[in-house]
Amino acid sequence: MKSIAFGQYYPSNSIMHRLDPRMKIIMGILYIVTCFLCKNVITFGILMISALLLIIISKIPVKIVIRSIRAIIFIMIFTAVLNIFWTKGEDYELLLSWRFINIYSSGLYNAAFIVIRIVSMIIGTGIFLTYTTTPIQLTDGLEQLLSPLKVLKVPVHEFAMMMTIALRFIPTIIEETEKIMAAQKARGADFSNGSLVKRAKALIPVLIPLFISSFRRAGELATAMTCRCYRGGKGRTRLNVLRFSFKDFVALFLVIAFGTGIVLLNIYAPGYTM
Amino acid sequence: MSYIKIRNLKYSYKDDNDEPIPVLRGVSLDIEKGEYVAILGHNGSGKSTLAKLLNLVIEDYDFFEGSIEVDGVDITSDDMTEDDIYELRKKIGMVFQNPDNQLVATIVEEDVAFGPENLGVPREEIRQRVDYALKTVGMTEFAHHEPHRLSGGQKQRIAIAGVIAMKPDCMIFDESTAMLDPMGRKDVVETIEKLNKEEGKTVITITHYMDEAVRADRVIVINDGKIILDGAPSKIFAQAEILRSAGLDLPQCADLLLRLREKGIKLEGEINTPEQCAQTIAQALNR
Repeated sequence: MKSIAFGQYYPSNSIMHRLDPRMKIIMGILYIVTCFLCKNVITFGILMISALLLIIISKIPVKIVIRSIRAIIFIMIFTAVLNIFWTKGEDYELLLSWRFINIYSSGLYNAAFIVIRIVSMIIGTGIFLTYTTTPIQLTDGLEQLLSPLKVLKVPVHEFAMMMTIALRFIPTIIEETEKIMAAQKARGADFSNGSLVKRAKALIPVLIPLFISSFRRAGELATAMTCRCYRGGKGRTRLNVLRFSFKDFVALFLVIAFGTGIVLLNIYAPGYTM
Repeated sequence: MSYIKIRNLKYSYKDDNDEPIPVLRGVSLDIEKGEYVAILGHNGSGKSTLAKLLNLVIEDYDFFEGSIEVDGVDITSDDMTEDDIYELRKKIGMVFQNPDNQLVATIVEEDVAFGPENLGVPREEIRQRVDYALKTVGMTEFAHHEPHRLSGGQKQRIAIAGVIAMKPDCMIFDESTAMLDPMGRKDVVETIEKLNKEEGKTVITITHYMDEAVRADRVIVINDGKIILDGAPSKIFAQAEILRSAGLDLPQCADLLLRLREKGIKLEGEINTPEQCAQTIAQALNR
């Protein structure tokens, strides 16, 4: 369990992994916006290709990407089915009509579009953010991106510090949970048999010591941080400062160009429009 | 003038009914710059409270008497501002018992940088301090590791590096070896000694391991909130009766020598380390 992976990060040395996390957050947002801008057959086709390209560029195994898509397959099927049955497109060809069910060609198009849009959004956020950026880089990136909000008295640094500490303590607390569970098992606790309620109840003797020790840890950590002169973000310098490099701007330019291209194609390209 | 000057220090914790539970009952103590002091005492003797008071990291000061001076500044005076306390914590670094609860960052070097970052040290200098601190504790190759993958002793050395990087004059180790395995303990004790001998830091180590206390230049024994013994280790460990009454055992070699002497065997010389002990016995056998 010590080797638990944080989030979905997949280590590799692709260009995507080496981009500045701040830029990746911006690009991720722009990409999602672009997913919503697509309107017709050609743009959705391009969107699909772009998602595949992202996977290739970032050297993330397709298997891993599919796993995260599988998690929401139900929502996808549900929205697709809704679109097929509920799209009323009088101008379009009626493909099937049975009692109250009318399926138009526009419904099929819409269903396909929605699926492409959801899949691309998942791939986009995954590639730009979770797969290629460690949680700690994400936290740092967010802290620095949001730092202008400090003027409005938003405690940006404090939130980032809380995130960092949470990430730091996840493995420690998992380890502790295992120890407590082992100790309770040694005393005859049974976590794997019985009804759901019974199993949930069996967890209470694990959770209580875990909570108590977490509070004690928090207290000790606070003392240690105080001793190391921590007093919030005021006057703090950083060892590792994020710096944009040329490749970050090239990447940003590409994403913006992609979005602009989609908007133009929406206007000028022929074919079915949503 | 002594670096740390404690006069008639008294301190009590509160119980649930706000009644005082005395922990320190009048401690007076002088520690010079560059000294290597071990404070011994059984659980609840007040030794940790003493250490925490030196860094003013105790929550309430309702039952507090006496004075503490650090580097000529009276840290117990009412004039102490937040900034003065900050200056104090810059001078005195503390390392605690559980390494897991001291490390803040998810990467070793970032954790070591935490202290200097808080002090507002410029970036280039942080880099130098981090590299230097990691080198001092012998953990340079682990700079980019995640702390939770390290052993207890390694984590504790990272915690020590984090304090070294703040460049304090004095370092207090509050039972820093208590949770470590023998290997980790050895590494940490050697690091502590190196800090004192090579870096010239004033070191106060609080422990209940006799074998660690023996290695210090000076041993202070606390029992029931009072100092009962203060002096060189060989002098302290000759007083077996007082130590036993304070709930402490003798270090193994001191115990062995004491028993040999009780049997009428003559042994002479300074006896602190197992090596010295072995030599002394070998000499006695040759005679």
